[in-house]
Amino acid sequence: MKHVLQYCGQALVYALFGGLVWYFSSAPQYINLASGKAVIKLSFAHAAQHVSACRTRSPAELQKLAPNMRQARECPRERLPVYVELDIDGRRALSESLPPTGLSGDGASKIYRRLTVSAGTHTINVRLRESARSEGFDFAVMRVVNLADRQNFSIDFNLPKGGFILE
Amino acid sequence: MFDRVFTPAWNPFYCLGALGYFYFWVVAGTGLYIYIFFDTGLTEAYASVEYMTHQQWYLAGVMRSLHRYASDALVIMTLLHLLREFAFDRYRGGRWFSWVTGIPMIWMIFAAGITGYWLVWDMLAQYIAIATTEWLDWLPIFGEPVARNFLSASHLDDRFFTLMIFIHIAVPLILLFVMWFHLQRVSYAKVNPERGLAIGTLLMLLTISFVKPAISHAPANLDLVPGKLDLDWFYLWVYPLINVTSAELVWALAFFGTILLLFVPWLPPRAKKSAAIVNLNNCNGCTRCAVDCPFSAISMQRRSDGAPFSQEAVVDPDMCVSCGICVGSCPTATPFRRRGPLVPGIELPDLTIARLRDLTEQAASKLCGDNRIIAFGCEFAADLEKKKCENVGVVKLPCIAMLPPSFIDFVLSRDLAAGVMLVGCRDGECHYRLGARWMAERITGVRDPRLRARVARKRVRSIQVAPAHTEDLLSEITKFTSDLAEMDLQGAAVLEEAERDSPEIGAPH
Repeated sequence: MKHVLQYCGQALVYALFGGLVWYFSSAPQYINLASGKAVIKLSFAHAAQHVSACRTRSPAELQKLAPNMRQARECPRERLPVYVELDIDGRRALSESLPPTGLSGDGASKIYRRLTVSAGTHTINVRLRESARSEGFDFAVMRVVNLADRQNFSIDFNLPKGGFILE
Repeated sequence: MFDRVFTPAWNPFYCLGALGYFYFWVVAGTGLYIYIFFDTGLTEAYASVEYMTHQQWYLAGVMRSLHRYASDALVIMTLLHLLREFAFDRYRGGRWFSWVTGIPMIWMIFAAGITGYWLVWDMLAQYIAIATTEWLDWLPIFGEPVARNFLSASHLDDRFFTLMIFIHIAVPLILLFVMWFHLQRVSYAKVNPERGLAIGTLLMLLTISFVKPAISHAPANLDLVPGKLDLDWFYLWVYPLINVTSAELVWALAFFGTILLLFVPWLPPRAKKSAAIVNLNNCNGCTRCAVDCPFSAISMQRRSDGAPFSQEAVVDPDMCVSCGICVGSCPTATPFRRRGPLVPGIELPDLTIARLRDLTEQAASKLCGDNRIIAFGCEFAADLEKKKCENVGVVKLPCIAMLPPSFIDFVLSRDLAAGVMLVGCRDGECHYRLGARWMAERITGVRDPRLRARVARKRVRSIQVAPAHTEDLLSEITKFTSDLAEMDLQGAAVLEEAERDSPEIGAPH
């Protein structure tokens, strides 16, 4: 009788432990994105123009340099920050100045932002400045998109491919 | 309660670490099998997992489910093991090594589990991949955001799966090495649960695998954002936490939590008891102390004092937990010695053998009544002081196995008491791991130093009792007292009978 009770007790403990594994291995359900919503992601890694243009060294300057370092052109490494703005339906959703990466500030500026919007039609206006100009933008695109439920809409920037890529 | 249901040998709480090992092997074995059928690739990965789950459900599908559920059980066991060792104060002193090496294992278990979910490449995997890389991107170490790999379908390629499968296999292999390392300072480590327990828990996992097989979500689609997800909360709870709070907060929790856990053995400061010391004049290098030490704190080294023995015991003070088990194993630790000072080959400075003999004699001198008992008790077992009374004297020890068996002989042969009670922790729950086991083996004569044959075993009562069960101790003391009384009555009757049967000396014929 004692053994029977022991085995029943063990079965109960296994059932409780197994039940814990059973339930929490896939429940409760988590809602990552509610129905009726969509996501717009703005992400790119882009190197802006250099802080100043290359210049030609004078003969006197070249003479001062070691023979193996006598490059006629001197180009600064540092780059400008990239400035980006994103408007959704005429309202400013994002505006950021992205500093260049790297210890010498000579790397690409990078961004990755995720914005949740309601599904449906939206007007997207995205602009980017990568030069020393103080007014206006070097790249801009405006598009009206119809976002489906839970759609992932990405905005990338790739200069060799012509600038902004919306997909 | 678990002792009664499972018996102490099968009690899962006494072998949480061993159960963790067992689950690891189940995960490794099932993982090897499902790897045979797994394809790396954007579409191939999902298709191969679906094949296992539906076409070959009876074997590969079950293996997949076992792989998942054993991984979940591994997380539970790891957490329980950590909490239990912490709750019972088994992480300080010489035990710091096992504690500290256990902390990186938590990270590895999670890394292995999360990359496993990633490989299925369903909507859950997509969610994990994006959430993980977004979290990693908070660190300023990546030239380009890693999460850009999942910006759209055109950004992802098959190479990512090759990297993931590499991590998913490499991390458990490193984990296995750390698991081995984890036990380097634990002698006689228990790495396998009792067979019955292993069978029981495996049957439990199999039952879940058949009744609720592990299934995938819809295939990953980077044009869509994952909506409702059936998360495995044992591994994936961190992602909702990031969502609710922020990546930086979770990084801070992970970083400072890990640092805190790593330094727990030294916080808060607690006065360390003095480590055992070796008295070379009385050490003959018999090796018993080194063999019995549960934490490998004693090593046998070449003799340094010119005595005619090949070895001598050397204690590493950093690894010694001052349990005194080595003292109990030393054949020179005998209270009978009266000529000269009582100094054994090895002893604890805080409780020398001479002091232990004094305490025993003092406890005996205060006893009165017919059925006097000296109770030697481990300080981590039930509180003996509460049970001290007219006929019961108490001598407390760091561990019951610190008591050399010759003390029992000493008490009984010198008539310091009519009975000796040995109160230790339960086997499997022993604070110093092996104390209860070694003491039992010394009493039963299978381990040196053995209790002498001349000692009447019925006058020695051994009990293993947890602090919460002091009522068991009380009832055992009452029973032992009445047993001793009965023995005395029987003894008196035998003596009376012998006196009646034998002719009286000097009687007239």
